[in-house]
Amino acid sequence: MASKIVTFTLNGRRIEVLVKPLTTVQTLLRDQLGLTSTKAGCKQGGCGSCTVLVNGDPMMSCLLPVEDVQGQEVTTLEGITPTPGLHIIQEVFYENFAIQCGYCTPGMIMVSKALLDRNPHPGREEIIDALTGNYCRCTGYEPIIQAIEEAARRMNGNGN
Amino acid sequence: MAIIKGTGIAAVNYPTGMNLGGDPSQALIHATTTGNFFISLSSTDLGQGLKTVIAQIGAEALGVPFENVLINTADTDTGPHCMGTFASRTTHRVGNAVVQAAQEARKVMMEVAADELEVSPDDLETDGQGNIRVKGSPDRSIHIIDLALAAHFKYGKTISGRGIYMKPKSDVDPETGKMDPDSTEAHACTVAEVEVDTETGEVKVLSLKSAYEVGRQVNPALVEGQIRGGSLMGMAHALYETTQPYYPAVDHMPGGFSEYVLPGPMELPEIESVVLEYPSVNGPYGVKGVGEMTANSPIPAIVNAIYDAIGVRITDLPVTPEKILRALEEVEI
Repeated sequence: MASKIVTFTLNGRRIEVLVKPLTTVQTLLRDQLGLTSTKAGCKQGGCGSCTVLVNGDPMMSCLLPVEDVQGQEVTTLEGITPTPGLHIIQEVFYENFAIQCGYCTPGMIMVSKALLDRNPHPGREEIIDALTGNYCRCTGYEPIIQAIEEAARRMNGNGN
Repeated sequence: MAIIKGTGIAAVNYPTGMNLGGDPSQALIHATTTGNFFISLSSTDLGQGLKTVIAQIGAEALGVPFENVLINTADTDTGPHCMGTFASRTTHRVGNAVVQAAQEARKVMMEVAADELEVSPDDLETDGQGNIRVKGSPDRSIHIIDLALAAHFKYGKTISGRGIYMKPKSDVDPETGKMDPDSTEAHACTVAEVEVDTETGEVKVLSLKSAYEVGRQVNPALVEGQIRGGSLMGMAHALYETTQPYYPAVDHMPGGFSEYVLPGPMELPEIESVVLEYPSVNGPYGVKGVGEMTANSPIPAIVNAIYDAIGVRITDLPVTPEKILRALEEVEI
């Protein structure tokens, strides 16, 4: 099948890409666009390390064909990281030891961002619920949960 | 059919470093022209925090601020030799090598400072803030940036040091089995509380409470990170994870995370730990290892708690719902 041109918004900028059918957003980001903050953990939708936001909702980019984001808004970790500095969620992950090897971190942060945008004051159960699609092997989750609670306090209802 | 609670306990004595020794690690330190101290290692930081604790140990031994110590663990082709990151060994082994390298580098640093300040090196001390000063007259001092510049461009000296640590390999006496297997031992004990559903065979871990004796803690927050992460990893070994669920048959080998089951945040039990510090005699500043051992005691503690709950001892890991239901069936017959 012939390649297709797909147009969408990536991290606030309109882009046009030429992709083979069923190319995933993960492959596009990492191999074609060089945006490697989106990780490739299992490529089966099982680990969450490749999570990106599509119109603000967390999606596993390894299961997402590029054709499906035609006209949509896609945000990766690069898109929420200010230059210079860190996003509040990145800051609290760093300060709360919510990172060890770091491989799950981009996905965890994108899930947290989607949660806090939707619900600026999530309870512990809501945070755990939001994280269920994302595996972490190192931290035992507790520091991540506490980091998100701290992020909610610092953002004070402002998810940006 | 009911949900039954059980409590189990287990302890671990964990030898730091490779069994019997013979596992060297090297460190090289050199100062840059701008007064940073660069520590080259081939040891690996895979998230446990090696770079942080080694920078802390290096800073302490050199007498310079933590921020001025840089760690490079990049390349085993070109770096000084390290046996590897395993057996809870790197803080102890690499830390010792770094202390030795730092002592050599510090000697040169103090000699250059002595020349610059026109005193004997014995009359100098570091303030840990980046200055080397004359004992008793703190206004006579030199900052490490000026000192490094002077060493490089005025005296033609390199502020550097070499370190290696190896516990000599112990032989085993074939007659008596006598040997010297370890350099130091850390200890831990875990109490697990579980709930077993005798209808579904599912086990829910309610809490893992542990006491750890790990020598001196270089970085208590990283120690806690190891204990928390290890507790959950131990729980996963006890209940979920296996590459060969019907070993030795190779049936149902997992092909991804939907079959190779890991605990998620939903399965998170209450995890609590206390840390006791009895410094080791041969670790840098009294450290022992606290890495791999943290996944040890939770496993038998959970299995013992299951036994306490249902009265059947399961000897095969992981303790899946299927194994529990089969074991209960045998008892009922």
